Amino acid sequence: MFNFPKSIAVRKAQGTQYIPDLRAAVPGGYRGKPVIAEAACAAGCTACVDACPSRAIALDPLRIDMGRCVLCGDCEPACPAGSIAFKTDVKLSSTTRDGLTISAAHPDIDPIKVSAELRKRFGRSLKLRSVSAGGCNGCELELNAVGNVNFDFGRYGIDMVASPRHADGLVLTGPISRNMVAALQICWDAMPEPKLVIAMGACAISGGVFADCAEVDRRFLEAFKPTLYIPGCPTHPLVFIAAVMDLLGIDV
Amino acid sequence: MTKNPVVVYDLRETTPLGLADFINECDRRLTEGERLLSLFGRNGGEGETAVAVTAVFVTESDGLSVLRGVAKKGDAYPALTLKHPSAHIYERELWEQTGVLPGGHPWLKPVRFEGARQQRMDDYPFFAVRGREVHEVGVGPIHAGVIEPGHFRFMCHGETVHHLEIQLGYQHRGVEKLLLQRPPKNLTPTVESICGDSCIAYAWSYLAALEALSGTPAGFETDVLRGIALEMERIAIHVATLNGLATDIAFVQGTGSYGRLRTAVINASQRVSGNRFGRGWLRPWRTKGLTDALRQDVRQTLADFAVDLRRMNDLMCSALSVKARFKGSGVVSTQAARDLGLLGVAARASGVAIDARSELPGRLYERAPMGSVVESSGDCWARMLVRMREIDTSLEWLFRVLDDSTLDLSGGTAAPVGADLRLAPEQLCVSVVEGVRGQVLLALETEADGALRHVKVQDPSLANWFGLALAVRDNGISDFPICNKSFDLSYCGNDL
Repeated sequence: MFNFPKSIAVRKAQGTQYIPDLRAAVPGGYRGKPVIAEAACAAGCTACVDACPSRAIALDPLRIDMGRCVLCGDCEPACPAGSIAFKTDVKLSSTTRDGLTISAAHPDIDPIKVSAELRKRFGRSLKLRSVSAGGCNGCELELNAVGNVNFDFGRYGIDMVASPRHADGLVLTGPISRNMVAALQICWDAMPEPKLVIAMGACAISGGVFADCAEVDRRFLEAFKPTLYIPGCPTHPLVFIAAVMDLLGIDV
Repeated sequence: MTKNPVVVYDLRETTPLGLADFINECDRRLTEGERLLSLFGRNGGEGETAVAVTAVFVTESDGLSVLRGVAKKGDAYPALTLKHPSAHIYERELWEQTGVLPGGHPWLKPVRFEGARQQRMDDYPFFAVRGREVHEVGVGPIHAGVIEPGHFRFMCHGETVHHLEIQLGYQHRGVEKLLLQRPPKNLTPTVESICGDSCIAYAWSYLAALEALSGTPAGFETDVLRGIALEMERIAIHVATLNGLATDIAFVQGTGSYGRLRTAVINASQRVSGNRFGRGWLRPWRTKGLTDALRQDVRQTLADFAVDLRRMNDLMCSALSVKARFKGSGVVSTQAARDLGLLGVAARASGVAIDARSELPGRLYERAPMGSVVESSGDCWARMLVRMREIDTSLEWLFRVLDDSTLDLSGGTAAPVGADLRLAPEQLCVSVVEGVRGQVLLALETEADGALRHVKVQDPSLANWFGLALAVRDNGISDFPICNKSFDLSYCGNDL
C-alpha cells in the first residue's frame, strides 16, 4: 500500500539533475549564433535572402538581424559560397534592438549593458509575468523549462509569478495578435512600477515569421520599449538565462 | 492496397456539386458510417461570391476520400450537425470563414474571431444558466502559469460545474493567409511555427502534400527519418503533459522526474536537428540523417530514458493521491466521444480507436506497423494512461527501426534527381499525420499555374476543445485544471 520503496527508487534514479554552472553549459548541437565569412558575396546572389522565412538577412554587406532570425538554418545550405554557419553560442541577446545585427565586421551581438539600477533593485529577486500573444507555444514551453530541475533559474531568485500584481517584469512571447491587444494592456497596467518588458523570441522582437500578418498589432512595443531583446525561435532556455544574468550582473 | 495518409484530387476531372447536393451526399456518407475528417470552405477571389466547399472522409475499406461542392456567400443549408454532431465545429468554422450558413446549428458561435470579428472578443454570445444560486466564474485569457491565452467561463451551482464555455481566438495571427504569401518551397519554417510543440507533425503533413503535388514523393528512408522525428516529438510532449498532470496535483516527484526526462529526449532531437523541437529537421525531400554515431546516441538516450520513465510511471500509477484525483474525474463517454468527433488521445482514452498511423498507414507504417493504444474509462486517469502506454509503443517502434540494419538512415537524404517543386495545376491535396494530440490535417489547393490558391490547416484541438467542455460537466470546479491538462490542447493550433 505504501509507495515508499518506489519513491526512493525514483529519487535514486533522479540523482542530481541541475546544471551546476549555467554560464559554462553548452547546448550540444544547438543552432545558435551565426558566423558570417569575410569573403564578399558573388554579385547579384540573393540565395540566402530568398531562403529566409523572416526577412532577417540583408546584403552589401551580408548581415543577419537576430531580432528577425528564426534560426531555421535554411540560409546555410542555400549559400553557394558557404559564407554562413551556426555555432552553439547562446550569447544572442542585447539591450538594444540595433545591437542584434551580426555581420563579418560585427561578429558579436552588442553586449548587454549591466544596469546598476536594475542590479540594485532586482539583482537578487526578479519576478516575471509571462504573456503569450499570438505565439506558437514554443517560447512558452522553453520559458517553463527555464524553471525546471535542469536549469533551475529559481536558484537566483528569478521566477515566474501568477499575478501581474506580483511582477517586476513582463516576458512577452508572440507577435501580439490583435485579439490579445486589450488583454496585454490590462496585464501591463496591473503591474506596479518600476517594471520592465522583456521581448522573448523572434515573434516578440520583430513579429518573426508573422511580421507581415495584418492580424498582428505591435503598437504596444512602440509605447513600452523592451529593456531586453532575447532572440530565438523558440528561445533556448540557456539563451534566456544568459541574457537575464547579464542584465542583472549575476556571476559576470 | 495501401491506404495512404495523402490523397490528391484532380479538380479538373469532376464538377463540384451544388450546395444542396453536396450536403445530401455528406449526410448519406455519414449515415453509412464514413467518418468526417474535415469540412471547410474557401472564399473566391476579390469581389467573388463563390465559395468552394470541401469535405474529407475516411472509410475502413477505401481510406481518404474528398468531396467537393460549390456555394455562394450567404447561402444557407440545413446544418449537418443536427443529425451528425461531429460536424459541429467544422460548420462553425465554415460559417465564420465564408459566410455560408448552416441553418439551425445549435451552437453557431465564432471559432477564433478572425477577419472582421477581430478584437470583438467581448461580443461572444455566452450560454447563460439562470437560477437563484447559479454563479459564473471567468478565467483568462491570461492564466496563472506560462501558457497560451484563452477564456474559460464556468456556469456553476456551488462547486459543481453545469457547463464550461471556452472562448478562443486570442492566438489568431492569420496563418492560413500567410502561407500564401511566400514560395511553397520556403514555407517549412513558417509551417513549423503554426503549433510549436508539434513542429514535426505539421512539417511532415505539409511536405507530404507538397511532394505529392510535385509528383515526386520522398524516398522511403526519408519517411523513416520523419517517423523517428515524429515519435520523438510525441514522447517529449506526452512527457510534458505527464509533468503538467503531476504538477497540477502537487505530485512533486513527477514534476521533477518528468521534467528532466523530457529534457533528455528534446536534447537528443537538438543534437540531430539543431533545435530542441526538431525545427529544421524536415525539409522538402530532405530530412537530416542519423550518422552511425548519432543513431547510437539517440538509441542510448532513449534506452536510458525508458528505464527511468517506467520507474516514474510505476510510482505515479500506484500512488493513492494520484488515483484519488484522476480516477472518475472528467469522464467523456465513448458515445459522446464518437458523437462529437473527438480525435487522437482524447478519443482513444474514451474507447474510440482512431489513429492515422493504423487507419492510413501508407508505406511506412505498413512496413513498420505501429500499435494503437485504447483505454475505455474516458476519465483523466485514462488520458494519462493512454499517454504512458503510447510512449512505450513509440519507444518500441523507435528501437525496432533504429536497430534495423537494413535501413540506411545516415544519408541526410537528398532530393531525388530531377525533382522539382513545380506543383501540378488545379489539384487539391489532403495530407494527414497523427501528431501528439491527434490528426494534423493540411489541405493544399493549386491554381492553374501551380501556385498555391488555398491552404487549410486543421489541428486536432479544433475538434477536441468541446470534449473538454463536456468533461468538466458535473465535476467540481477545482478539478478543471486536471481535466484541462489531461486534454492538453493547443490554442495556437486552434486559433491559427
